Amino acid sequence: MTNSEKNRLKDKAFQVFGIFCTFIGLVVLAIFLFDIVIEGVKRIDWDFLTSLPSRRASRAGILTAWVGTLWILVLTTLIAFPLGVAAGVYLEEYGKKNRLSSFLEINIANLAGVPSIIYGLLGLEIFVRQMRLGGSLLAGALTLSLLILPIIIVTTREAIKSVPRSIRDGSFALGASKWQTVWFQVLPASFGGILTGIILALSRAVGEAAPLIVIGALAYVPFTPSSPMDEFTVLPIQIFNWTSRPQEAFLNNAAAAIIVLLIITFMLNGIAVYLRNRQQRKIKW
Amino acid sequence: MSKKDIKLEAQALNAYYGDFHALKNINIAMEEKNVTAFIGPSGCGKSTFLRTFNRMNDYIDGFRVEGQILLDGNNIYQKDVQVDELRKQVGMVFQKPNPFPKSIFENVVYGLKIQGIKNKAVLAEAAEKSLRQAALWDEVKDNLNKSALALSGGQQQRLCIARALAISPTVLLMDEPASALDPISTAKIEELIYELKNHYTIVIVTHNMQQAGRVSDQTAFFYMGELVEYAKTKTMFTSPKDNRTQNYITGRFG
Repeated sequence: MTNSEKNRLKDKAFQVFGIFCTFIGLVVLAIFLFDIVIEGVKRIDWDFLTSLPSRRASRAGILTAWVGTLWILVLTTLIAFPLGVAAGVYLEEYGKKNRLSSFLEINIANLAGVPSIIYGLLGLEIFVRQMRLGGSLLAGALTLSLLILPIIIVTTREAIKSVPRSIRDGSFALGASKWQTVWFQVLPASFGGILTGIILALSRAVGEAAPLIVIGALAYVPFTPSSPMDEFTVLPIQIFNWTSRPQEAFLNNAAAAIIVLLIITFMLNGIAVYLRNRQQRKIKW
Repeated sequence: MSKKDIKLEAQALNAYYGDFHALKNINIAMEEKNVTAFIGPSGCGKSTFLRTFNRMNDYIDGFRVEGQILLDGNNIYQKDVQVDELRKQVGMVFQKPNPFPKSIFENVVYGLKIQGIKNKAVLAEAAEKSLRQAALWDEVKDNLNKSALALSGGQQQRLCIARALAISPTVLLMDEPASALDPISTAKIEELIYELKNHYTIVIVTHNMQQAGRVSDQTAFFYMGELVEYAKTKTMFTSPKDNRTQNYITGRFG
């Protein structure tokens, strides 16, 4: 075999290996989805979505769980969105390059990797105990906001960074202040990217159970929350609770709840992808 | 020099990027409603110098200036000078067209809007006037709401000129405004400069000797951060005093 034949063979071999690697993840996901759908789809009906939890599997529903998840989603967005974007803007546009800013940068990057249960403990101490919020929606949303803040800050900075220097120069040269340049040029031009980051961060928050269990969210809440100070449950906690029961029927309930949770997550991700594509079509530097 | 008033002046100007001495003791005076061309090899400091007139270097970490830049006799590096006020008087056009990712109309009126002008009639009038001045009106008047990014490179650059003119500056700084454009667009920009000098004091950085010869009244030759020679363009191109100038304009280096 000549050298170039060998090279071609290696090339081919790597291609096959690459395809194999690509498909492993997809196949596992497909099997999982298939399994869940088979198990849970027959449980999903109007009653399942509108019933309160119950000790009897056939009568239990996820009303309180998905309403709680929506509450958490909205509250977390309201808290984390302005904080994260403002912090990202500050670090990228205002912060001077010095030791303090590189210290902050490294820490924010590290915070994104801290296990979520640690944030739960932090939330338990600060929000539940010190601020006396108890196991309320507000305490949960604040905790999850802490969890996703680093992600939002990092993606905001990346989005802002992709706005070319020349746009800022053009704005400054017309007499715009830094604030005006950020508000009228940089943020509109990077908004698609920022929004994508926030939605992906939220879809992570929606799937979290651990930190919320730590701060005292309950699996059994016999009413739908009507204010941020109410106790609550969310879909992942409901799923966790049902999967830990021995009866087969509850496992079916869990599978059905997982389908609902997945639909919410996929919808969020879909919106993120849509926004990103639209932004890319609209603005080509 | 003629009897026109001095519009812009640099006195004993030194500029530094950190330890790098970018501009060395520059003294120059530019007359009102004249075109001055800055020429010189890459890295000679001409762009840096141009950007001191509207203080665009302020954002660069480690940049500092000694000496004075006088606009109508007032030092623009004085502490109480507000840069936004300065930039309303001293407009700038960049090397690469940099329209904002907004409509043509929004691009032109941006400078006015950030000053708080909201009156639609005023904005529309200013937009038409500036676009006419930049010789772009006839090409875009029916598409003012179209994205500026859809224009050709030459049109984008004229839009950037219109945008700069909309806030009624008295000085226009141009940093190699035609270097990214094709010859026809370049010719249009040069014609435009010829028109604009009736109303504005123009300073243009260029790498193109012919361009400097065509559009400018005065030419300043920079080399290694020094102002080597400053004279009437005709004089400079026919009988340069300094050897370095002669070598540069005859194409022996650069």
